[in-house]
Amino acid sequence: MNITLQVWKQEGPDRAGRFATYQVDDIEPEMSFLEMLDILNERLVSQGDDPISFDHDCREGICGTCGVMIDGQAHGPQLGTATCQLHMRKFRDGDTITVEPWRAAGFPIVRDLVVDRTSFDRIIEAGGYITVDTGAAPDANLIPVPKDVAETAFDAAACIGCGACVAACPNGAANLFTAAKINHLNLLPQGQAERWARTEAMVEVMEEYFGSCTNHGECEKACPKEISIDFIAWMNRDYVKAKVKNRRLMGQKA
Amino acid sequence: MTINLDPRVPAGPLADKWENHKFSMRLVNPANKRKFKIIVVGTGLAGASAAASLGELGYEVEVFTFHDSPRRAHSIAAQGGINAAKNYHNDGDSVYRLFYDTIKGGDYRSREANVHRLAELSLNIIDQATAQGVPFAREYGGLLDNRSFGGAQVSRTFYARGQTGQQLLLGAYQALMRQVDRGSVKLHTRTEMLDLVVKDGRAVGIVTRDLVNGAISRHSGHAVVLATGGYANVFFLSTNAKASNATAIWRAHRRGAAFANPAFTQIHPTCIPASDEFQSKLTLMSESLRNDGRIWVPKRAGDNRPPNDIPMAERDYFLERMYPAFGNLVPRDVASRAAKRMVDAGHGVGPLQNGVYLDFANAIDRLGRNTIAERYDNLFQMYERITDEDPYQVPMRIYPAPHYTMGGLWVDYNLMTTIPGLYALGEANFSDHGANRLGASALMQGLADGYFVLPYTIGDYLAEYLNTDPVPTSHEAFGEVEAGVRERVSGYLNTNGTRTVDWFHRELGKIMLEHCGMARTESGLDKALAEIPALHEEFKADVRVLGESESFNQSLERAGRVDDFFELAQVMCLDAKNREESCGGHFREEYQTPEGEALRRDNEFAYVAAWDWTGDPGSPELIKEPLEFENVKLSTRSYK
Amino acid sequence: MTTTSQRPKKAPFPVEFYRSAVGKKWVMAVTGVIIIGFAIAHMLGNLKMFLPDVNGIPDMDIYAEALRSLFSPIVPEHVMLWLLRVGLIVAFLLHVHAAYALTIMNRRARQTDYQAPRNYVAATYASRTMRWSGVIFFAFLAFHLADFTLGIQPAAPETWEHGRVYANFVAGFQRPLVTAFYVIAVSLLGIHLYHGAWSMFQSMGVNHPKFNAARRVAATIISGVIVIGFIAPPLAVAFGYLK
Repeated sequence: MNITLQVWKQEGPDRAGRFATYQVDDIEPEMSFLEMLDILNERLVSQGDDPISFDHDCREGICGTCGVMIDGQAHGPQLGTATCQLHMRKFRDGDTITVEPWRAAGFPIVRDLVVDRTSFDRIIEAGGYITVDTGAAPDANLIPVPKDVAETAFDAAACIGCGACVAACPNGAANLFTAAKINHLNLLPQGQAERWARTEAMVEVMEEYFGSCTNHGECEKACPKEISIDFIAWMNRDYVKAKVKNRRLMGQKA
Repeated sequence: MTINLDPRVPAGPLADKWENHKFSMRLVNPANKRKFKIIVVGTGLAGASAAASLGELGYEVEVFTFHDSPRRAHSIAAQGGINAAKNYHNDGDSVYRLFYDTIKGGDYRSREANVHRLAELSLNIIDQATAQGVPFAREYGGLLDNRSFGGAQVSRTFYARGQTGQQLLLGAYQALMRQVDRGSVKLHTRTEMLDLVVKDGRAVGIVTRDLVNGAISRHSGHAVVLATGGYANVFFLSTNAKASNATAIWRAHRRGAAFANPAFTQIHPTCIPASDEFQSKLTLMSESLRNDGRIWVPKRAGDNRPPNDIPMAERDYFLERMYPAFGNLVPRDVASRAAKRMVDAGHGVGPLQNGVYLDFANAIDRLGRNTIAERYDNLFQMYERITDEDPYQVPMRIYPAPHYTMGGLWVDYNLMTTIPGLYALGEANFSDHGANRLGASALMQGLADGYFVLPYTIGDYLAEYLNTDPVPTSHEAFGEVEAGVRERVSGYLNTNGTRTVDWFHRELGKIMLEHCGMARTESGLDKALAEIPALHEEFKADVRVLGESESFNQSLERAGRVDDFFELAQVMCLDAKNREESCGGHFREEYQTPEGEALRRDNEFAYVAAWDWTGDPGSPELIKEPLEFENVKLSTRSYK
Repeated sequence: MTTTSQRPKKAPFPVEFYRSAVGKKWVMAVTGVIIIGFAIAHMLGNLKMFLPDVNGIPDMDIYAEALRSLFSPIVPEHVMLWLLRVGLIVAFLLHVHAAYALTIMNRRARQTDYQAPRNYVAATYASRTMRWSGVIFFAFLAFHLADFTLGIQPAAPETWEHGRVYANFVAGFQRPLVTAFYVIAVSLLGIHLYHGAWSMFQSMGVNHPKFNAARRVAATIISGVIVIGFIAPPLAVAFGYLK
């Protein structure tokens, strides 16, 4: 099949960007979207043209490295699918496909389609963990975790940190990412000790980088792991409680 | 200089070795730990767990990853699970049984003491991960669930849906980020190690390139820890992530770290075959599919009728025919080789005739579609997403693909390489899996090394250097290495050839798959050993890398990695040629039983083949570490 | 969690809470509930237009007087009404301020917008036009207060007289332009509530698998009832049913 690509080209964070148009002929419907970009890049290099930079790694939808806006949708038109698992057969011969990087102040552009998502690491750093030094753990079966709790915690923990939620959100909010990690840990018995401090800290670091949630629900539809916005509601509830509880626990001196 | 391969295995009975060793090692007192700076390269299971644990202990840690975040490492893609000898299911598992299974599964080419320690530590890993909040599968009573995996006769595999690697890595990543927040670990993202600095025979630092702005910089420490994963991407098409590479361990090898058993690579039988020439990677389908699927090819070579039009009588269920007792459940290496033989003989299926069928029609008839859906629906969906074929209607197509590399940097019992002060962890070392890794053991090894081995053993080395400063980065040892790195980087940009890096990588992969893949022959390896250096010369003369080094440049990143793969590929072939036996993932066609099974030659090859760099990738020096088996009796596998 | 405990916090807890975006959204939800409550009460009051006169006095006028003397003589006349009014004004101001502050925050969170058109999957027309429907409705409120509550010319009809609610209502909506503006504004309010009355559950963390589906139903019913209930009396005037 033959397609026309409009790809965002930008040499660096402070440089002006623009859409560049590429005609990509003779590609197979069996190719993944990223393989199509690979081929385009091979051809560009052979012609002496600058290849398109894009982030990717595992190519099986789990590392969260890839992710671009394809025709105005994060990770493209197939729901529940990361860019690397999107295949060209989802497009038609002759289509024009627009490819743009994630856009958010918290994700500055590095080059072309590559963005810097270290702000997500900062959110995890603020409290996205359970404090347990290596060696300090009790026997794994000491604390039973009801099956449905473990399953729901897993639903949240399935987040791959790709940033599609932020990219898709009309407000550039990272509530789904943050809520997923907060709920993964807050639901488990092991996570209770730090529950309120974690929620408060992670939400506040999140708000340093990202916008606010107005419950559009775009994030849920963009998420390759289809993580539910129910978790955002639960995070909101925990945050309200945390504001009270943390102060009480800390003698109003927090 | 011939290096001495002293494995430093502690004395005493097998089960007491680690305990005794922990007591006999020197300690660094808590107040002194902050005086030591440790460099950790890689943030997968092994690297992240090591960096977090060292940070908790109070060492000053600097950790490097070429990814944008430590959470991206390819450990994240492990599906099946992690083994631990908890015996929660009362089915007769024990540390000794896990040890025994691992030694046997590795076809008796690993060190007993290391493997026993791994089995012991498997218990602690599950405890640690659970306390971190890893959402392992649970039973209704709230206790941990286990499953049997990879043909094990006991249920010892802990799992988190099909994403166990992801959850364990996130646990280690979160522990690491806690230390980053505390300030005990300094994190460098999008920073790739390009060389190791050795001074007076000790590892004293690394030279890195910042992948965003191209800055080359020097980092110095009292010790350097490499946890940079395996090298299956030497085959170009593998189940590894696109960026997985061998540069860190290969550069260390060139600086004096012996490379052990490079030919021991694992081919996984159930991957989705390539769909075209430009396929970028292969996707693994869980091996559990073979429990219900039947594997077959058309009896007539070149038969390209749709599978459902081929009558039963014209199908060859070759595994059932060749191995009546085990049938479709023969081990990974046996199944892989049989499939290759069929495809090579022209019986391959699919548009490129590069696969065999894995058919669920019988299972669906017998058990009903619902039962099959309960067991495999997520895998069927993944298959359909990639191939656009519905496995409920049409048989799956599968073909073996390189998956894991058992070989790696040689390490002693302390995980130290032959360069003092340089450690290798996880898939980057060769230590525990022998010639073949059992399913659900890679996660176990990476975490054992990082959480529970290195934090103890590194102190024994560091204690000697108390109150010494790390070698300053202004030292000429750093200057020389940095100059070399700069020259290499600019060399790729100045070659101005005609072919892309990926073209060379793909060609190298074809040679390696053909001659150093599932089945190897002396003549094939000789051919590869002639073709690879020639292709490497062509690469040096004709590669085209555009752009500049002072900016984000992905072709440039890849150029260095592929350059190193060319050299590594040669030592892999040399090792495969040297090892005139078949064992585990290494199959030499000359050495098989009359039934076509692997023929191990314990009298001559019960050793670790460690290769020492001599300056010429075509003629490294072979040094042998004899393997002694005091506790297990060597036996031969049979699946008839 | 060093990040939390080391960060200096000076303001009292409610202020700290309101400083966060999650806190602001919670405030918007709570004030939204108050405003919806007022809207429903107001709508029910308006429906008294359809009730027959009592002793020659329109039921609407009696109701209005009752509001003014709510809880009288326990509290002096007008006090309770003003307390309610102040509460309502505070709720409106908080709702608007939070919306404004979050809008600024969201603009900052995406300084460069997408350069290609977006293809929304979940966001509705209602959810994406919240700030426009809100702002336009707020402008309408100013007119509406001048028209009926304060009787300021030229917003109010010439015959406007304090306390004669029924007559003012009829006179007001006999002007087609005013009625049209009213219908448009109330429709916008309906659209605003279609998203807002669902969204507030999420913002307050009211989420349970057993009634999550009912939240959307509730929001649809609330917005539908409010639109119909508010539009019915003016249309009855406009079409001559009420005189």
